[in-house]
Amino acid sequence: MSGILTYVLHYEGEFNKNSLGAVSEAAKLAGEIGGEAAALVLGGDDLSDDLVKTLGNYGASKVYRVKGPEGLAQPVADALAKVAEEKGYDYVLFGGGLLGFEAGAAVAARLGGGVTMEVTQVKAQDGKLVAERPILQDSAIVDVAYEGGTGVIIGRLNAFEIAETGGGDAEIEDVDVDFSEWSTKASMQQRGEQRGADVNIEDAEILVAGGRGLGKPEGFELCEQLADALGGAVAATRAVVDAGWYPYAAQIGQTGKTVAPKLYLAAGISGAIQHKVGMQSSENIVAINKDQNAPIFEFSDLGIVGDLNKILPKLTEAVKAKKGG
Amino acid sequence: MSVAPIDFPPPVQPEKEFVGPPEDAEDERIEVGVAIVGGGPAGLACAVRLMQLLEDDPALAESLGEVPVALIEKGKNTGSHLLSGAMMHPSAMERLFPDLDESDWPTYGTVEKDDVRFLTKSMAIPLKPTPPPFRNHGNHVTSIAQLGRFLGEKAEEAGVYILPETSGYKLLVDEKDHVIGVRTGDKGRGRDGEPLGNFEPGSDVVAKATVLCEGTQGHLAGAAIKHFDLGSGDPQQWELGVKEVWEVEKPLDRVIHSLGWPLRWGGKYREAGGSFIYPMGEDKVSMGFVVGLDYTDATVSAHDLLQQFKQHKMVRGILEGGKRVAWGAKTIPSGGYWAMPKQLWAPGMMICGDSAGMVNVPKLKGVHLAMHSGMYAAEAIYQRLKSGGDTSDFSNYQQSIEGSQIEKDLHRSRNMRQALSHGLLKGGLMANVMEISGGRLLGGHHHTHDDAAVDVFIGKRNKKYPKPDGKYTFDKLGSVFTTGNATRDDAPNHIRIQKNVPAEIAIMWDYMCPAQVYTVPDEIKEQLEKGNGSIEDLKGQVVDLEITPSNCVQCGAITAKGGRLTPPEGGDGPNYQQT
Amino acid sequence: MKICVLVKEVPDAAVEKRMDPNTKRLDRSGEKNLNPFDTHAIEAAMQVKEGGAVEVDEIVAVTMGPESAVRALHKAVSLGADRSVHLTDSALENSDVVATGYALAQVLKQESPDLVLLGQQSDDGECYTIGAVVADYLQMPSLTQVIKMDVEGSALRCERQAEYGYDTVSVEMPAVISVGDAINEPRYPSLKAIMGAKKKPLDTKSTGDVEIDTSRVGTDGSRTQVLAINPPPEKQAGEIIEDEDTDETVQRIVSWLEERKLLA
Repeated sequence: MSGILTYVLHYEGEFNKNSLGAVSEAAKLAGEIGGEAAALVLGGDDLSDDLVKTLGNYGASKVYRVKGPEGLAQPVADALAKVAEEKGYDYVLFGGGLLGFEAGAAVAARLGGGVTMEVTQVKAQDGKLVAERPILQDSAIVDVAYEGGTGVIIGRLNAFEIAETGGGDAEIEDVDVDFSEWSTKASMQQRGEQRGADVNIEDAEILVAGGRGLGKPEGFELCEQLADALGGAVAATRAVVDAGWYPYAAQIGQTGKTVAPKLYLAAGISGAIQHKVGMQSSENIVAINKDQNAPIFEFSDLGIVGDLNKILPKLTEAVKAKKGG
Repeated sequence: MSVAPIDFPPPVQPEKEFVGPPEDAEDERIEVGVAIVGGGPAGLACAVRLMQLLEDDPALAESLGEVPVALIEKGKNTGSHLLSGAMMHPSAMERLFPDLDESDWPTYGTVEKDDVRFLTKSMAIPLKPTPPPFRNHGNHVTSIAQLGRFLGEKAEEAGVYILPETSGYKLLVDEKDHVIGVRTGDKGRGRDGEPLGNFEPGSDVVAKATVLCEGTQGHLAGAAIKHFDLGSGDPQQWELGVKEVWEVEKPLDRVIHSLGWPLRWGGKYREAGGSFIYPMGEDKVSMGFVVGLDYTDATVSAHDLLQQFKQHKMVRGILEGGKRVAWGAKTIPSGGYWAMPKQLWAPGMMICGDSAGMVNVPKLKGVHLAMHSGMYAAEAIYQRLKSGGDTSDFSNYQQSIEGSQIEKDLHRSRNMRQALSHGLLKGGLMANVMEISGGRLLGGHHHTHDDAAVDVFIGKRNKKYPKPDGKYTFDKLGSVFTTGNATRDDAPNHIRIQKNVPAEIAIMWDYMCPAQVYTVPDEIKEQLEKGNGSIEDLKGQVVDLEITPSNCVQCGAITAKGGRLTPPEGGDGPNYQQT
Repeated sequence: MKICVLVKEVPDAAVEKRMDPNTKRLDRSGEKNLNPFDTHAIEAAMQVKEGGAVEVDEIVAVTMGPESAVRALHKAVSLGADRSVHLTDSALENSDVVATGYALAQVLKQESPDLVLLGQQSDDGECYTIGAVVADYLQMPSLTQVIKMDVEGSALRCERQAEYGYDTVSVEMPAVISVGDAINEPRYPSLKAIMGAKKKPLDTKSTGDVEIDTSRVGTDGSRTQVLAINPPPEKQAGEIIEDEDTDETVQRIVSWLEERKLLA
């Protein structure tokens, strides 16, 4: 029986959003190539029946539940490899996120298959799955097929849409896995520590970025207020970081960080290439700039030509109103 | 009121700061036989030639120790900082590699047709017959970035120790003021020069002979010329060239040079220069624009002149459907014969190539001269080592140069570039007379001048620059990006310059620098772009210049115009591949 | 203790990156340099050696690549590795991630290291996965995106940022650790080290020398196949609003955000 096995990460009683997206994607694809879309979860007692069966809502017909240490990839790889092999799943799918890379690569090695990472789309072609992934800084897309062996697909962050299929509860099958000798050699000492001081803009889903167009360092207050209202973080261009307006940890671009949030709102940023390469994969790009010829308008999804000093405060209020009301 | 950069000199005294005794303890110093500074055509030809001579003389080679020849290069690779047209005269390659077939040279071969045009905004008037300096029969179209890699490989195969990502920071002298080597640059300093966690100090490299082949605006060469008083009395002059390499749909079948548009005629502007377009094989062209740095309008920008030049019908025809694949900038020493140092050596040291101003600018030829001089330096060292090892007298090198083709070549065109300072019309006429008469007519000694002594005014040249369309015309920052310049953001400023200068100077630097290292405050930029009489208010106003040294592609223009480029951390700057 | 550092040469940033239409893989014919992420791995190895918590007998740089990869090894040695191993064989060309990991693991098996370090990603597109593949073949525990690593007896205390924040994981050696660039500031090689690099031992190995089954590597041995290279999807031209009535503009922005579920 062919089909797609999806790994679902969870933490503190909640399933990871990227994993849910992958489950939905698997259901959709299984519908196209035939076979079952199943999921696998690994963890402790918090994986209750009530929680696990809800994966059926997202399209998983069945969930394999494995008892094991959470947050580490190799036990997950052991579990996935065992189930995929024994039950004959042709594909193993992961949503975006670190564990997917580690576990997915190990599964491909274990089962003698192939792995594609940073996948933005998966399509069915002649009864098989073909993964699409961007390369060369998103300037091209390659189609990757799998020849023999299991196909491992690791999605890019936010690549797969969550879809509630209304499919009812998933069937739960508990699986005993003998973990490999080396899989138990890594042990989690502390998981999920929040370090507030660090602004990790790479993980933010929403970024409000400021550039020279802000006019003065105080302009960042406008960005911070909007970011707050949107529930995001603040980023900056190299020019303003160099000028001391904002810390280096927030710098985006050729010599800063590369980000791909769901929303990138650029205020007073011209969009020159050194900056563009750091954020061009953002899902939605909104730009506010008073210069209608600014290069950023060539690749923004929504561009506003106007004075950010007028727009940002009003936008912040409007967003708050919409969210609060 | 005159405003010239020379009135605002940079805070630096090269002959004191960059020449001095070794700093490391004696047993810490690195001993080599011969130290060559600069992995360009001159330095690499010197290195290869030396190894050829030593190959036939193993005893002598052994006397030079474990590392007979070391070559330090500040770029990532030999070739990373090399940029030129170039139409290379074959004589030097023939002399260095007599057994190598011309077809095995890393060049694009020769081109039969020469085409010289006088451009106006809409026309490209052919100048026939081809004026003599522009005849390139037998010369090879060459990317010197690629030549640098080729020569580097040859040098390594021959046993030269090539040390990339290493800058020559200070010239080492002993108590007798004899040159005994070079101190390499530090790495791992922060924005204010403070040592960072991974700070690695430079090293003293001591050698029996040191050859300075640093190219245009040679850092140590400049310091040495002052320190040892080697200058001729005529200051050196420079041109600034900005070039691009394009993949094109239609093969170009000729070498093209142009004069005239978009440069302006009048003597008041002093705009001398022109363009070159060379075919690189069937599918690429090398295209560049060169302008003398003695222009007077502060808003002249060589980069933007190139962008504007590409809009000409003739040029568009060549580039149509094509794609830019490289960009870069470099200065060319153009003082010629008179500006060359009167003495090319000091005890323990020689200067070769562009660092000694060995460039025939009217002919745009310097690569083969650099290589020849490097070979002469190698032969001079060999001669001295052979006869006892005293390297304190390299007058034999001087004699070789003076008796050579280098000298004859440069002497012939010794006054031509200076003539062009009189503006294109009068100057062009003068230059032609000189050329046709082989330098005999309008001879004598036309003095060169210091580019930094030229007064600048805020003109309106900037109004005509095209807005970058990202397809055929490009902005400066995006262009710097394509050079692979990944200098640390917190690198210390390697450019010595006064930050508070009159608007005329600041604006001149802003437009001049192809990498946008110098930026005037936004309000001033806006005024210039809109320009409605408020320029009068700017005159003489002191401005706070913003400097972004990490953009620098080390072209050297700033040193000609009131600043002083020093080598940044080794490995910084562009990584030219095809320029 | 022996540390092996896996290094790779990657196209320099100045080289225009393009795909080779024949192999449908990255055209690697341009100039290459040592992968910047690997310099962090070498530095991590040096810090273990100099840290004193454990005695390190040697640091070995290992690479798989064509002849030019030797330059990456020289750089690695100038940064502190004691010797290097170059796996090179035309049979290995166009190997995908799994095939490459398998081949490297075969070399490492012969070396029998206590710790394998590598950069978590390379500049030419592959990321976070080769360490996991190598570890699976070597049957060692593995971790990636490690930004802090301390030796504690026979184990490593590692920190890395995962989906929910920072994890601290204790990993028993022998292990494979992929490091992020935040882990350290690599040192610069001294001139002496650069000059001495070519003298350090460099072993060249082919597939036969390390018992690589050639049916598992190269184009034929790779289970992924690139079918096509396409331009990115046509990005619909973005909408442009000229702000005249700011209140109205702002409402339009909010609606736009809402449509895309960005105001959740």
